[in-house]
Amino acid sequence: MSQLFEYAPAPESRSIVDVAPSYGLFVDGEFVDGSGESMKTVNPATEEVLSEIAVGTEADVDRAVKAARRAFTRVWGPMRPADRGKYLFRIARILQERAREFAVLESLDNGKPIRESRDVDVPLAAAHFFYHAGWADKLGHAGLGPDPRPHGVAGQVIPWNFPLLMLAWKVAPALATGNTVVLKPAETTPLTALLFAEVCRQADLPPGVVNIVTGAGDTGRAVVEHEDVDKVAFTGSTEVGRSIARAVAGTRKVLTLELGGKAANIVFDDAPIDQAVEGIVRGIFFNQGHVCCAGSRLLVQESVHDEVIASLQRRIGSLRVGDPLDKNTDIGAINSADQLARIRELSDIGEAEGAHRWQPACELPDRGFWFPPTVFTDVSPAHRIARDEVFGPVLSVLTFRTPDEAVAKANNTTYGLSAGIWTEKGSRILAIADRLRAGVVWANTFNQFDPTSPFGGYKQSGYGREGGRHGLAAYLKESS
Amino acid sequence: MSDRLAVRKTYKLYVDGAFPRSESGRTYEVHDARGAFLANAALASRKDARDAVVAARAAFGKWSRATAYNRGQVLYRVAEVMEGRHAQFCEEVAAGEGLSAGRARAVVDAAVDRWVWYAGWTDKLAAVLGSANPVAGPFFDFSLPEPSGVVAVLAPQRSSLLGLVSVLAPVLAGGNTAVVVTSRERPLPAVTLGEVLATSDVPGGVVNLLTGDAGEIGPWLAEHDDVDAIDLTGAPAGRALELERLAAGSIKRVLRPPAEEPDWTADPGTGRMTRFLETKTVWHPIGL
Repeated sequence: MSQLFEYAPAPESRSIVDVAPSYGLFVDGEFVDGSGESMKTVNPATEEVLSEIAVGTEADVDRAVKAARRAFTRVWGPMRPADRGKYLFRIARILQERAREFAVLESLDNGKPIRESRDVDVPLAAAHFFYHAGWADKLGHAGLGPDPRPHGVAGQVIPWNFPLLMLAWKVAPALATGNTVVLKPAETTPLTALLFAEVCRQADLPPGVVNIVTGAGDTGRAVVEHEDVDKVAFTGSTEVGRSIARAVAGTRKVLTLELGGKAANIVFDDAPIDQAVEGIVRGIFFNQGHVCCAGSRLLVQESVHDEVIASLQRRIGSLRVGDPLDKNTDIGAINSADQLARIRELSDIGEAEGAHRWQPACELPDRGFWFPPTVFTDVSPAHRIARDEVFGPVLSVLTFRTPDEAVAKANNTTYGLSAGIWTEKGSRILAIADRLRAGVVWANTFNQFDPTSPFGGYKQSGYGREGGRHGLAAYLKESS
Repeated sequence: MSDRLAVRKTYKLYVDGAFPRSESGRTYEVHDARGAFLANAALASRKDARDAVVAARAAFGKWSRATAYNRGQVLYRVAEVMEGRHAQFCEEVAAGEGLSAGRARAVVDAAVDRWVWYAGWTDKLAAVLGSANPVAGPFFDFSLPEPSGVVAVLAPQRSSLLGLVSVLAPVLAGGNTAVVVTSRERPLPAVTLGEVLATSDVPGGVVNLLTGDAGEIGPWLAEHDDVDAIDLTGAPAGRALELERLAAGSIKRVLRPPAEEPDWTADPGTGRMTRFLETKTVWHPIGL
């Protein structure tokens, strides 16, 4: 890649982490062998096998659910709420104490730049536990009646894009509200969840309150379909979300879904271009674009299209793609060979359908899974790359002339997770934000997250919220 | 008794602010609780349901963005017009549900009062359900409730007016538009409610009332991609599972049916409104 400056490598040491050659399942406070085959988890930046991971079978999931039920009935349910809170405070503190270890392990297993795992994923995960810890003994003030009750056992299935952070989004509110948990981490990124199991032990969390069952789709299905699970929470693709909604239909299970997105990032002609370009880059290249709320459709007002694109290309040219553990890296590795294949396929379709592909001159490592930051211009709203979630560092650029056209194009999607607005005019921000059918709207910023701020989608991006007072509703039965 | 021969009403659908017959040309006989003939009602078809969804979608933008104050006034106006039709509702409820005149009066009173209760909610929801979120950074961050969109409502089968009002008004108060399949056996109060809506200030298409069989039309609404949510309260016995599965195809918000039809006179709480509301969170930087 052509660079304004030459950077010396600044690798973060991986010696802080100690990856075991193999891991079992974390059930009832103990690591136990899985009864199925094992699977390998690899470093997507090198294709090196990091560890052998147990694959949970239906019988394993059943043991985990039984442990969670026991813990719910005997320990966690009856516990004084303030004490539940104290356990969560302990977990938050241990996550902070071991933050560097978690950050390095996350980057190794996921491929994301250490700058992001260190500055975003891990601190936010700790913040989620800290925030929810305080709720544990104040649930009567959450707007769900004077004495809202937990559902019982929560079955949770999380994705590979923010492995520890998604764990925190799921586990922290579930525990704070008095539920116990069976969590299935993503197939390709189980390591930080398994390290989290060790955190639970250091915190002396009672056995069975948190159970972690690794595996792939079949393991997740066993969690979702287990008849003694009361509450199902899933983050992942809309396709899997549909099958989960079908699976829990007609049961007593309560369901929340956080699914895909195809967010519009709308740039008006009065926007400060340099700031907007930073926001566009943050919107689509943060975490290699493996973000459900990524700003993957840039809607730019026609009069500033050329200026924005020129500036954006200049900025993308200075992004550093490579070793996730290098502190200078902006864009890390694509998480898996499968995901890389999907990104390549959709990008090829984009070109075949007539959009124009631009990529910076960019040297990619020989081994591992890599895709350069990519911008498609001349994209029409009917193109696949304007409709399908790519879940990679691929931006589709469309134009508009009037605010009405911007809103119509932004809302022209089956998704409704997030959106961005860039303009100096405050009244326009509020008017556009009001008309966008999306759960999170970032005005003059993008991809900001906070445990106090409810996150979740409209339409086929799912239902239920995570974070804030609203997020508690997913884990509580209202009382009257 | 006067010897004047009564002018009877033709009971039709209420779609997009008009009173069409079913495009299918089908009708079915409606009987009172003792089995005597009351009227021929329109038997709504799949096409009627699809037309109703189109009307509800078209009406959604204006209704959802009306000010909460305006929506409250419009809904209160509905209660005023209901009150004016009190005697007619009493007759229809008494005949359809087999109630004494006194019991029917109490039910109609409760229905009007329920509507007033929900009308008063429109401009309270944001304050009660919204929040300013104290994020750890220089941002103003707030969350507000917004309507889910077009809501399909399978109205209760037994309680033909109070039950209907209790499922419809909360959907409207939040700013949604509705496609309602009425009680099959007791559809007449719903048609009269349509006439109330048409003569109050509710824009056409905001409420669409289909008389007929929830078992026939329900699946089309449950799988319709332009329906955002479905209330299965009046789903025919044994059909809720199938309808919920169909609704999963487009990630609809689903309100599952209760084990049996509830006591509609009980305090409704806010649950029927919140089920059909989304939360929108907006971030804006703070800086000089």
